[in-house]
Amino acid sequence: MVEAVAFYLFAALTIAMFAITVMSKNVLYSMSSLAAGMIFISAFFFLLDADFLGVVQIIVYSGAVMALYAFGMMFFDATKDVKEKNPSKKIVFFLSGMIALLLVIILLSPIISEKVKALYPMSEEVGNAEAVGVVLFTKYLVPFEVAAIMLLVAMIAGIILASKRMDESITLKIDQEIEKEQKGEL
Amino acid sequence: MITLTHYLVLAAILFSIALVGILRRKNLLMLFFATEIALNAVNIAFSAISKYYGDLTGQLFAFFIVAIAASEVAVGLGLLIIWYKRRGTIDLDSLQSMNG
Repeated sequence: MVEAVAFYLFAALTIAMFAITVMSKNVLYSMSSLAAGMIFISAFFFLLDADFLGVVQIIVYSGAVMALYAFGMMFFDATKDVKEKNPSKKIVFFLSGMIALLLVIILLSPIISEKVKALYPMSEEVGNAEAVGVVLFTKYLVPFEVAAIMLLVAMIAGIILASKRMDESITLKIDQEIEKEQKGEL
Repeated sequence: MITLTHYLVLAAILFSIALVGILRRKNLLMLFFATEIALNAVNIAFSAISKYYGDLTGQLFAFFIVAIAASEVAVGLGLLIIWYKRRGTIDLDSLQSMNG
């Protein structure tokens, strides 16, 4: 009973927040509701006995990713509304509706689950974090290390891309050079 | 009683919201937000299947998706900042500079 109430409550909240994210014209509103939706999503992980994943969701998404967006927002003008021209809204909504209908039909169809056997069954004796750790550091050790390298590469790329010669505005110079080249050619 | 289908339908609804966002937004930052929503919807589906089949592999896949999402944001936001410095806009239509 508690599970059902929690599920429907958080489902409604998450869908509302993400709908605001998608529909809002202001970047700040959109980002704030996205952060709220991320927190609400972690509730599903706790409901699903994936405690560690829920904690990671809060720390990584609400802590790291949204903070990164918030700091990245300093480079953009976040106060003015986003102006977008949508040539035909009908086609967009029709396509998305059809895709959604297809997805729901696919997921509602009975799942062939008879032959699925759990490779790493959950045990009652150890907690979720411990079980995840055991599987992560035995079977998935190599992907774990590769993911660590990927995060390192992404961090270096982000630092270099965002902060390269920040003081002298390479970008304006390059634009001027392009204009000069175009004028020279013409 | 909440079953696996409930969670899968919820994930499908969230994924459709993300698809609507990807199809109708022209702002690149908003496209990034929609991508995050899509990744999160998939994470919910993975962990739900993980619970109802009693298998931890789904949760581990969700972990790797979280790692991929984090690195995608870091690199993408860096590229976005450079583009904004160059063009003064992050509209998707401003990317059409290679049309001959």
